[in-house]
Amino acid sequence: MNDLIVKVITKMLFPFIMVYGFYVMLHGHLSPGGGFSGGAIIGGGFVLFTLVFGLAKAEALLPHRYLKYVESGGLLFYMGIGLFGLFTTGYFLSNQSAGFYMGEAFTLFSSGMILYITFAIGLKVASTMITLFRYIIDEEYDHD
Amino acid sequence: MSKKLLVGVLAVLFIILVVAVLQMPTIGSKDHPAYNQTAQYYVDNAMRDTNSPNIITAIITDYRAFDTLGETTVLFTSIAAVASILVASGHKEDNHE
Repeated sequence: MNDLIVKVITKMLFPFIMVYGFYVMLHGHLSPGGGFSGGAIIGGGFVLFTLVFGLAKAEALLPHRYLKYVESGGLLFYMGIGLFGLFTTGYFLSNQSAGFYMGEAFTLFSSGMILYITFAIGLKVASTMITLFRYIIDEEYDHD
Repeated sequence: MSKKLLVGVLAVLFIILVVAVLQMPTIGSKDHPAYNQTAQYYVDNAMRDTNSPNIITAIITDYRAFDTLGETTVLFTSIAAVASILVASGHKEDNHE
């Protein structure tokens, strides 16, 4: 997209979109939001970046070879948390009894595994959105 | 003949379905079977069990965490399917050209 206004505004807004996405993701246990919405915000930010600056610059900012590890890593991290509970207490995905740090309510590092699970879901949703969009837009470029 | 029979069977089915819908409890009424002791348990004990003030997050990532794991797996499966179709077809086109 060759529009100066859109480029400048996107360059200014992009860091704030990322910070807001990670904020929604990490505060899932305290405020409205959580992994799915936070990941969607981050994915939407990268989709905007790709639309405005093109696929080559977006690929340079976040290469696909890292993205595919995030893709599988989010799911494996989630399963790892579940298996940790299975080995310590005998129940898959057990929270308080598995010995996760419960902390003090209404603070960021509290509520045990919910924080980690929300983070894993967020990374998974964001990487899925970015990868899907890049595959489709890549196909579009090929046919032009 | 068979068309009349078909219309008759469909009319009977329609009446049965309408009667079944009329028997259903009103949305939001207090006697709705979805409002059982499970919902009351979540409201009473979510804070003690998970230490999370957001009960909805407590339900979807603690009580129903296995369901959320399934949802995440659906995302992984969808991206694997799209990648296998788009990337594989792209390579084939390159070979032909």
